[in-house]
Amino acid sequence: MSTVAFAAIAILTLAAALAAATLQKLMHAALCFAVMFVGISAFFFLFGAEFVGLVQIFVYIGAVAVLIVFTILLTRHDVGKVRGFNWSGVVIAVAVFAGLVWAISKTKLVSAPSPRIEPVTVQRIGELLMTNYVWPLQCVGVLLTAALIGALILVMEDKS
Amino acid sequence: MADSLDQIFIHAKQWLLSMLNGRAPDWLVQTASSLLNIVVLLGVFLTLFALISVLERKILGRMQNRYGPNRVGPFGLFQPVADGIKMLIKEDIVPARADKIVHFLAPVLIAATAILSLGVIPYGRNMTPFVIDGGILFFFAVGSTTELAVFMAGWGSNNKFSMLGAMRAIAQMISYELPLIITVLPVVMIVASLNPDKIVDAQGNYSLGFVPHWFVFTPWGATAFVLFFVSGLVESNRTPFDVPEGESEIVAGHMTEYSGFKYATFFMAEYIGMFAISGLGITLFLGGWHAPVHFLEFIPSYAWFFVKLSILLFVYIWLRGTLPRTRVDQIMNFAWKFMLPMAFTCVIAAAVWHYTGRGLRGWLWSFVVIASVYTTLSILLDTRRKFAPRTYRFAE
Amino acid sequence: MTLSILLVVSAALFCIGLLAALSRRHAIFILIGIEMMLAAANLNFIAFWRFAPQPQPPTGVMVAIFAIAIAAAEAAVGLAMVIAVYRHFRTTNVDQLDQLKG
Repeated sequence: MSTVAFAAIAILTLAAALAAATLQKLMHAALCFAVMFVGISAFFFLFGAEFVGLVQIFVYIGAVAVLIVFTILLTRHDVGKVRGFNWSGVVIAVAVFAGLVWAISKTKLVSAPSPRIEPVTVQRIGELLMTNYVWPLQCVGVLLTAALIGALILVMEDKS
Repeated sequence: MADSLDQIFIHAKQWLLSMLNGRAPDWLVQTASSLLNIVVLLGVFLTLFALISVLERKILGRMQNRYGPNRVGPFGLFQPVADGIKMLIKEDIVPARADKIVHFLAPVLIAATAILSLGVIPYGRNMTPFVIDGGILFFFAVGSTTELAVFMAGWGSNNKFSMLGAMRAIAQMISYELPLIITVLPVVMIVASLNPDKIVDAQGNYSLGFVPHWFVFTPWGATAFVLFFVSGLVESNRTPFDVPEGESEIVAGHMTEYSGFKYATFFMAEYIGMFAISGLGITLFLGGWHAPVHFLEFIPSYAWFFVKLSILLFVYIWLRGTLPRTRVDQIMNFAWKFMLPMAFTCVIAAAVWHYTGRGLRGWLWSFVVIASVYTTLSILLDTRRKFAPRTYRFAE
Repeated sequence: MTLSILLVVSAALFCIGLLAALSRRHAIFILIGIEMMLAAANLNFIAFWRFAPQPQPPTGVMVAIFAIAIAAAEAAVGLAMVIAVYRHFRTTNVDQLDQLKG
């Protein structure tokens, strides 16, 4: 049962990713990008990391996808003029994929899936965030504030 | 007796499932259980949507000193049937240069996310359709997908009004998502869980026998509830914040190029979004399915939930009939300059309430925190123009 | 559902992201490719956490949460830069942004 789910989610994610990478129309590519993140969230749910899956939907589809779509809107002087596909990129990507698959096949990994684990609760994540990971949390907070202010300054038009 | 009336739906569902218990594999029973939940949820809320659409028009009509629709059926209550038939037989016009796939998928996505968010709200004792550990986060994650769907609607129509309406709608929704989520934070902090069932359980006691422990009766809870309710108004694009669908301004905003059944889908998604946000507000602040006083607990839990839902929906309709539409810059100012600082104050006030003991002292201290921030903000954000004293000049 | 298959899937996702980042000429497509690569790495973290011998502290989950936050910040700044560059050069084709070419 979970193999069927895994196969279905994998096919959905990879198909959406391919569509996002190769479609000519930018808006369709951005929407396929959002679908791909739904697929990855489904993966996270399948592995018992529900909180990460929900945060992924929230952050990526609710925020990053909307940002990308807004930027597409604000930067189109003529639709579809930016054509151009560099085929050497395909060659490099295929070569990297072949190398990674070779490396994975050569590694001795734990080949039996572990029995059903109980998913990580939000309470546990909260405890960890406030005890072991409190300094990374503060740093991420500062980073997000800096990114917010930086992005705003970059986009503001000078009123001179 | 009261308990069996309370759990009547749970027993009915278990009886139905027991009929295929021995004869079907385990996953089929689980799928059947989920499907039964979904069917009942859809049935109840689509009927409620139909009812509310006619009741809203009648209540608005009464507020405007006229009858609402009263021709179709007794007191006009079959009006949704007539409306449904009208919507279904209308011609479905798609603009020639619109993006067909995106134009088609937008109402589907909006309706899907609205209905999905209904699944984690506890409607009665043991009556949550889908128990997820991070239920509140699921609600907001699904709700944030609405913005992308609104944008798809606006862009897919290939119409400048639609695009403008969609951008305004998204700006409004994103701005008010922050106060919406931060006002939920005090409740989650005090209960220490994101599970809606646990949040409802934490509001179940009564002090002195008749004062319920609902979070709305604490100072931070009352403020947070008001802020949550206003943010919910904005998120569902209801008057006085219905700039995205203001008929006198941008035709119908992102829904301009939709006709017939797709328009009805947008309409349905807006109302179901209203139900979902009201349901969440009831879960978080108004005690969920608990009764207000102890001796009224014989009334079933789902009845209490629907009474509270009806009261909140009536307030929504009342506000629509009473307040004029705000300007879009007033909406944005209000969100960023007032609601966000007040939302943060609620978080601090909840912490103060918790750490000074949850009794009278906690109440007073958190009230002091909220009142001081509120008066400071009111003084700082006062935008009334100060006029000079009037001087009169008469013809000599 | 073994770990190897999962790693192959995330490697495929990474390479599709690499494809998008290397072979498209539009700046936003390149950013989409970068986000895809980050998501593939997140998937790897969660996969290794899930298939590790239990009981396992949820380190993979924590790293994935932080990685999502950082990726969002980077996407925001990257897109702001695309808008700023567009305002100046009126183009989003990265082939035409060669003023610094020696």
